[in-house]
Amino acid sequence: MLNNLTAPHDYPGRLIVVEGIDGSGKTTQLGLLAKWLEAEGHKVSVTEWNSSALVKAATKAGKKKNALTPMTFSLLHATDFADRLLYKIVPPLKAGMIVLADRYAYTAFARDAARGVHPQWVRGLYSFAVKPDLALYFRVPIDVSIDRLLARRVKLKFYEAGMDLGLSTNATESFRIFQSRVLAVYDGLVDEYGLRVIDASGSITDQQHIVRKLVSEHLEAADE
Amino acid sequence: MSDFYGHGLPYISLDGYPGKIIAIEGTDGVGRSTQIRLLREWLEVRGYGVVETGWTRSALMQPTIDLAKASNTLNKLTFVLLYATDFADRLEKEIIPALKAGFIVLSDRYIFTALARAGVRGVDRAWLRELYGFAIKPDLVFYLKVDVDTLVQRVLQSRGLDFWESGMDMKLADDIYDSFRTYQRSLLREYASMADEFDFRVLDARRPIEAIQKDLRTQVEAFLEGTPART
Repeated sequence: MLNNLTAPHDYPGRLIVVEGIDGSGKTTQLGLLAKWLEAEGHKVSVTEWNSSALVKAATKAGKKKNALTPMTFSLLHATDFADRLLYKIVPPLKAGMIVLADRYAYTAFARDAARGVHPQWVRGLYSFAVKPDLALYFRVPIDVSIDRLLARRVKLKFYEAGMDLGLSTNATESFRIFQSRVLAVYDGLVDEYGLRVIDASGSITDQQHIVRKLVSEHLEAADE
Repeated sequence: MSDFYGHGLPYISLDGYPGKIIAIEGTDGVGRSTQIRLLREWLEVRGYGVVETGWTRSALMQPTIDLAKASNTLNKLTFVLLYATDFADRLEKEIIPALKAGFIVLSDRYIFTALARAGVRGVDRAWLRELYGFAIKPDLVFYLKVDVDTLVQRVLQSRGLDFWESGMDMKLADDIYDSFRTYQRSLLREYASMADEFDFRVLDARRPIEAIQKDLRTQVEAFLEGTPART
């Protein structure tokens, strides 16, 4: 059960995950990747961070009242992850499908550590996770991500902006400080877990080209 | 001197908090809440401020846990994590503020029930201990020890057999009575194995309520007189 994200899984399916801060464009890239894989005839299943029905009510209530501490924030996301792992990730892997995960345990490592939770504790917490076959990290400068989010007129959310930490009363400024911390932790994860870095400041099409190249190389290698 | 079991909560310092944590552990139906009620009364008469906390009672998680139990979609891992979230919420929102304000926190179960229940369900024990590494070590942990024969009669005399307390989710037996006995026996083994590891003060819970309460008070009194304040 515990592999600490180091031992490869032996399911017939493939697990590909995308990581990056808000505004890195990873969700767009994942959507395009899914379209292409399906067009190529693969069976694809997509799962998103924090999407299980089980903890939705608690997370929503906690967020609404700004009642989450760094620890309960971390544990609720881990609960969501455990639920999705057992219902949405492992079954399609057993069935030989390609599972695309929008954020994975690395998101927790980066965000929870940036909130002050002990980094080794979070790693231990997620040691039941399946090691991805390919983890793509969309690295983006903080200013680019803020410009993208503001251009989309996205209202920066309380926890995403790290407002719970009292870094700044200004949402944009808080986002900048908090997500810069998150970026710094992500950078450390690249070597620790072998994340493949993609420069996410480039055009959508250029990035997707790189993504598809990496994925097809991986699938070909796996077929041999 | 407050201390955590493991990595703790790096963003919280407990230095100088004057409160105490007294945990009463033991399996379902062993009489914990009666003992806590009596102990609370006695402590309050003696002038101590008391706050109670109990399993799955957090404002954040109780509705979710109730829902999950009713719908039967939980697997052992999500179960463990829901309980841990509940505990974390109570730790930070109830227990730590009470310690800071100098209360005695009487905890109806602590982390040990979670460790026992998950342990018998085959969840990795080292992982469980690391998970609960954010828990503060209580000042005293009393374990109300009982045998299965006494326990089953006591439960039947009071509220009767319950699905979860009988471990029916584990499909140990079709019959709820048989399942209760098998499940509780393994739980008791699990608690027993933790006694040394976590410094349980073991009390024989087969005795009358008054006799158990007398032991509790003697030990609590000795502790409170021995260490006037948490520094």
